[in-house]
Amino acid sequence: MSVENTIKGNGATRSLLIENLEKEYVKGKPVLKGLSFEVSGEETVGIIGPSGTGKSTLLRCINRLIEPTKGSITVAGQDITKCSGKDLRMARRHIGMVFQEYNLVERLSVIENVLCGRLGYIPVWRAWLRKFDQADINRAFQLIEHVGLGEFATQRADSLSGGQRQRVGIARAMMQSPDVIMADEPTSSLDPKTSVEIMELLKKVSSTEHIPVLINIHDVNLAKRFCDRIIGMSKGKIIFDGTPSELKDSHLSEIYGGEDWLS
Amino acid sequence: MTTDVQRKSPFKANIVARMGWLLLACYVVYALNALDFTWTRFIDGLGNGADFLSEMIPPNFERWKLLVENLIETIEIAVIASVFGVGLSLPIGMCAARNLMPEWVTWPARTVIAVCRSFHPVIFAILFVKAVGFGPLAGILTLIFLSIGFIGKLFAEAIEEISLKPVEAMKAAGAPFLSVLIFAVLPQVFNRFIGFATYQFDANLRNSTMVGIVGAGGIGGTLFAAFQRFDYDFLAAILISIVALIMLSEIISVKIKAIFND
Repeated sequence: MSVENTIKGNGATRSLLIENLEKEYVKGKPVLKGLSFEVSGEETVGIIGPSGTGKSTLLRCINRLIEPTKGSITVAGQDITKCSGKDLRMARRHIGMVFQEYNLVERLSVIENVLCGRLGYIPVWRAWLRKFDQADINRAFQLIEHVGLGEFATQRADSLSGGQRQRVGIARAMMQSPDVIMADEPTSSLDPKTSVEIMELLKKVSSTEHIPVLINIHDVNLAKRFCDRIIGMSKGKIIFDGTPSELKDSHLSEIYGGEDWLS
Repeated sequence: MTTDVQRKSPFKANIVARMGWLLLACYVVYALNALDFTWTRFIDGLGNGADFLSEMIPPNFERWKLLVENLIETIEIAVIASVFGVGLSLPIGMCAARNLMPEWVTWPARTVIAVCRSFHPVIFAILFVKAVGFGPLAGILTLIFLSIGFIGKLFAEAIEEISLKPVEAMKAAGAPFLSVLIFAVLPQVFNRFIGFATYQFDANLRNSTMVGIVGAGGIGGTLFAAFQRFDYDFLAAILISIVALIMLSEIISVKIKAIFND
């Protein structure tokens, strides 16, 4: 059984549509100023931009860890901004998220951490008895194999290196059978070589799962090397949206400001 | 280079603190006088103590059946109170954690903990003896309340110190709150919880030897009776058994912690 023909998401078109997204933490001071874009298919999208420009806010608005102020976000045909309570939980199951600091439970094993991605699908009593479906357990082991951690499945997360932990984070996101995966600075805590490996893995996930992957990333070269599309943000607005080859120094200087650093 | 400028001392003299220490010293001297705590009184006391000790030796284990019976009751009180007390303080402590729960949940939970902490065990024991009558039930209730006050507070604090990152990840994966608790919160605090629980069992065992003094069951009642009848050799036997019991529980709790500590 291969990884892709197991349990799928909710079946609808696996895409992400964002329209006029606005977010104000303080009234009158928007962080995101009317963003619109669509992502579909097996696209890997790198979101670049200076620190504090709202990249993390954007990703966290998509799964409503942060409440958007205005606009609509549609994941696989469902408007996330209209969900609440249980519906929101159900919707979140289809949005995988990978974090800069991995956000694993240090004291649990790799396999337990990966199974955590399934918690949205099983009732509370099963979680408390740690009774996961055998299909889920099998898939979890497959995914661990898939991300290259086969021999570490029963080791505790705190015994792993940064790159290995991020692999666990990716396997956990895949465990959700998501319609889209979002990665928030997945390589910022890693060394250059490991960063490349993690980007390769994210790209592979996009094609094996047939889902779009959104990656917030600081490293422009890494973004250009691995992403099919780059979205450049500055001061809460999208000021570049195109392929890596279209991204020129002039765009970068517009995104980050100044040009002395480009050379 | 001139050296005529006198540098200030690097350590600043704190006038207020010095005055404070001086006041404290004065008060101690005054209080010693007020309580007639003099050297002669101390020497008199020592003589009295020597008499008391000599009457305790040798300890009298003749009534060992009574002793064992009492010890068993004491252990029963401690075990039952620990199971219920620690069991109850888990949910109460969790509700009191301000990083997980909204204010309308933490507020009542914190009130319960504060009430449980407000009285000394002896006062609780007297209250419960009056409320439910003499016997072990009063002792058990006393120790349950003590346990909730102690563990509930420590447990709440332990939860407030966890990393919220895994909690965020599981929320993002659509996990229900109670599943987040079992997978993201409990693994982070379980170790410390075991530590608190074994410590509390120790404390309950010690306190359950005391609640008997006010009639709430356990070996304390016999201990108090031995005092009043000047049965000092039997008293010594009781004290030795209590020491042995506490040491035994210490050994057991070290073993328990070793099992869960990794």
